[in-house]
This record gives sequence, structure tokens and C-alpha cells, in this order.
Amino acid sequence: MKILEIKNMKKSFGNLEVLKGISLSVNEGEVLSIIGPSGSGKSTILRCATMLDHMDEGDLLYLDEYAAKSTQGGKSIYSSKQDLKRIRKNFGLVFQNFNLFPHYSVLKNITEAPILVDGISKKEAELRAQSLLDKLGLADKSDAFPYQLSGGQQQRVSIARALALQPKLLFFDEPTSALDPELTSEVLKVIKELAEEKMTMVIVTHEMQFAKELSDRIIFIEDGIIQVEGSSKEIFNTDNARLKEFIGKFGHK
Amino acid sequence: MSIYFILTQLGQGFLTTILIFILTLLFSLPLGLVVSFGRMSKIFLIRTISKFYISIMRGTPLMLQLIVVFFAPYYVFGLQMGSSFRFTAVIVAFVLNYAAYFAEIYRGGIESMPVGQYEACKVLGFSKAQTFIRIILPQVFKRILPPLTNETITLVKDTSLAFVLSVVEMFTTAKQIAASETTMLPLMIAGVFYYVFNLIVALGLERIENSLNYYR
Repeated sequence: MKILEIKNMKKSFGNLEVLKGISLSVNEGEVLSIIGPSGSGKSTILRCATMLDHMDEGDLLYLDEYAAKSTQGGKSIYSSKQDLKRIRKNFGLVFQNFNLFPHYSVLKNITEAPILVDGISKKEAELRAQSLLDKLGLADKSDAFPYQLSGGQQQRVSIARALALQPKLLFFDEPTSALDPELTSEVLKVIKELAEEKMTMVIVTHEMQFAKELSDRIIFIEDGIIQVEGSSKEIFNTDNARLKEFIGKFGHK
Repeated sequence: MSIYFILTQLGQGFLTTILIFILTLLFSLPLGLVVSFGRMSKIFLIRTISKFYISIMRGTPLMLQLIVVFFAPYYVFGLQMGSSFRFTAVIVAFVLNYAAYFAEIYRGGIESMPVGQYEACKVLGFSKAQTFIRIILPQVFKRILPPLTNETITLVKDTSLAFVLSVVEMFTTAKQIAASETTMLPLMIAGVFYYVFNLIVALGLERIENSLNYYR
């Protein structure tokens, strides 16, 4: 089953055309990584897919339901507010710089959305949060505040916050770019565990080794279009000179 | 002429001072938030009107604003207001003036919030109201507390301007006694009153600030 489908997504900022027609889909249980140089449009795909930005043209579907549909001329028309609210529940997003709520404890960061948005009881939300914290190795941190945690711990909390809403798909926007190598590995470990549990994920990353190990499929994007798409094996044994050069620059042998 | 006499006289004026202070805060703090929304509105007309309002309130003397508010009902609507309107006019003028200053303080705080906080809320499915009330406003409040303290202390001293409309607050009383008894003493004592009042206000706000130090 297709969890996410993007057809011919186009997005410009002013005169700058950042996405020039991106089409991709993600099946249930699949891990898709998006790699590419800075400014290639990777994050814009994620921002449009999560509706933080609106695309100009193209279709966006979750579980075969249109969140945005292109008209005859191509312009995307988004669904009604109520529909989008429901559709949004299908996915979660983990940000590069965490974006935790600094005035909330770790526990409250995780329980707030399930209580407010899903309407579950406080008790149930706290049980759910605690079991996520246990799983992510943060069992003793539920009363801590974000500033008291390392970057790696903060990122794991933000993963727990996203998982607490039980999304069908989790987006990661360069989840380790703000972390040093040691903290990076603890976050990557968590994402790997999620992959083993067959969590559907779309990951924008610069961690080539990680992408190689984890991904069912990898997309290489540059200049706003998908240059190469393939299995992890295909990508890392590519004949494409540009992709070879790119992977090489990131220290991957 | 005894200190006791001066104190009891000033004490009565002091109650009026406190009343002006409390009522002004009570109304101008929420009104300021509304004005700051207007100032940040996407709608050009609302934004321009709010900007103009703030500009007038900050650009003209509060003393003049007091007089304008007091005489406006007569000159604009031809209404004869009783003498009890004096106090109301003082409150209205103070509220209008302070709301403008508070609006700019709120705006500074709200605009300083990282966009990531809004985006996290959006992805988690919070409504706009939930986002603002639960996530944004508490953090803004912490950020703007120092300038808010400043403005509040200024308000304590500004209450003395109520004399313009013959509302007898503490400073008016002090001046009257000073004139009739030809002594500086009542004015000095009034100064002590203001200082102690402000000290209490500042300490109170500092306590609130400290109580918000549980996060960064």
C-alpha cells in the first residue's frame, strides 16, 4: 500500500525554481532516503510533503487520499482544512534542530499532542510516552527539561514526540546535522531500530553509510529533479559520474 | 503640623495612585496584546491603523492625551460629563497610552520566537489558538518580562500626571500640603512612597521572573 505519493511536485521561491517536478512514492514499511547537495531541494520536498510549505504544482496523496490535487493548468489545490487536519495525522516530522518546547518537561513535550489533538486521556498519554522513553533509552529523563539534555537526547525526545501520535509515516529532516559524531550515532541507532520494526520512513540525510545500510530505496536529487533513484546497492555502485563524485565527497569508499 | 497628618493625607491620595495603577494594568495589558495583533496583521488597513495609533500614543505627551480624552466627549459629541468622569478619563487615557507601549513589547517578544516552534505545532496538529496560548505566549511572557517591568515602573510614576484632570492622587496631595504649609517634607515623603511602591513592584516581578527560570 502506498502511504505517500507525490506526483510532479513543483515549487518556486520568487524566481528561483527549487523543485522542477518531483514524483515519488513510499510503500508501507519502506525506508526511503533522499540525498543530494545543499540547495538541491531535499528539504523543500519534505516541507511540501508535510505541508509546512505549499507546493505550486503537483499532487500530494496520503493513503490514496488527495491532500492537494493539480488542476488542468497544473496549479495545486489543497483540500479543505478539516480534511487536511485528518490527513496530517498520517505523518510525523523530526526536525534538524529538534524544535522541542523548552517550557515543557520531556514528558509533557510528548503527551501534549496526543491529549490535545487525539483527545486521549492524560493517563493513557503518559503511559504511551513513558513506554516510548523506555524504548529510546530515556526512561529517567521524563521530568527533565530540554535544555538539560544533550543534543542527541533532545533529538530522541523529538522522535518520541512524533511517534506518540502513532503516525503511519515518519519524516526526518537531516536529523543528525546539528549533532557531533558521537551523538549522531545514538540517534542513528534509534532510527535503525525503527526501521527494523518496519516503520515507514522518509529520511533526508548526509550520512551516507547510514543511508546505505538502512534504505530500501535512495533518491539522489540535484537542481530540483531526481537524478538517480534506486536500491541502496544500485546507488552505491552507480555509473553516474556526478553521483559517484557526490558520494565520494562525503567520505564514503 | 505633624508627620502623622501628612501621612494620613498622603495615604488617601496613595489609594487613588494604586487604583490608577491597577486599573491601567488590568486593561492595558490585554488591550496591548490586541493592538500588537493588529500591528502584525496581514491585512494592510488593520496594520496601518494600529501603526498610526501606536505612533500617536508614543509621539505625543501623556499629559495632552489626558486632556484630549477628558474633553473629547464635549467637543466631539457635545456631551456634558459630570465631575466623576475625571477619574474615568484618567483611566481611559492611561490605558490607551500604555496599551501602545505594551503592544510593541508584545510584538518584539512574539516576533523573536523561532519559527520552528510554530512548525512543530503545525506538524503535531495543534490549532492556531492552542499553538499561541500553550506554546508561544508562555515563552513570549518570559522573554518580555524585563521590558514589561520597566514599563510598569514608569507607570507608577506616571500616575502623578492625573493631577492634570484634578484627580487627587498622592502627588497632588503632597503639592497641596507643601504649598499651604511651605515645606518640602510632604514631597519628600511622597518620593519615599513612590520608591517603596516601585520597590515592591520590582521585587514582585523579579520573583515572577525567577519562577520562570526552570527552563531556558
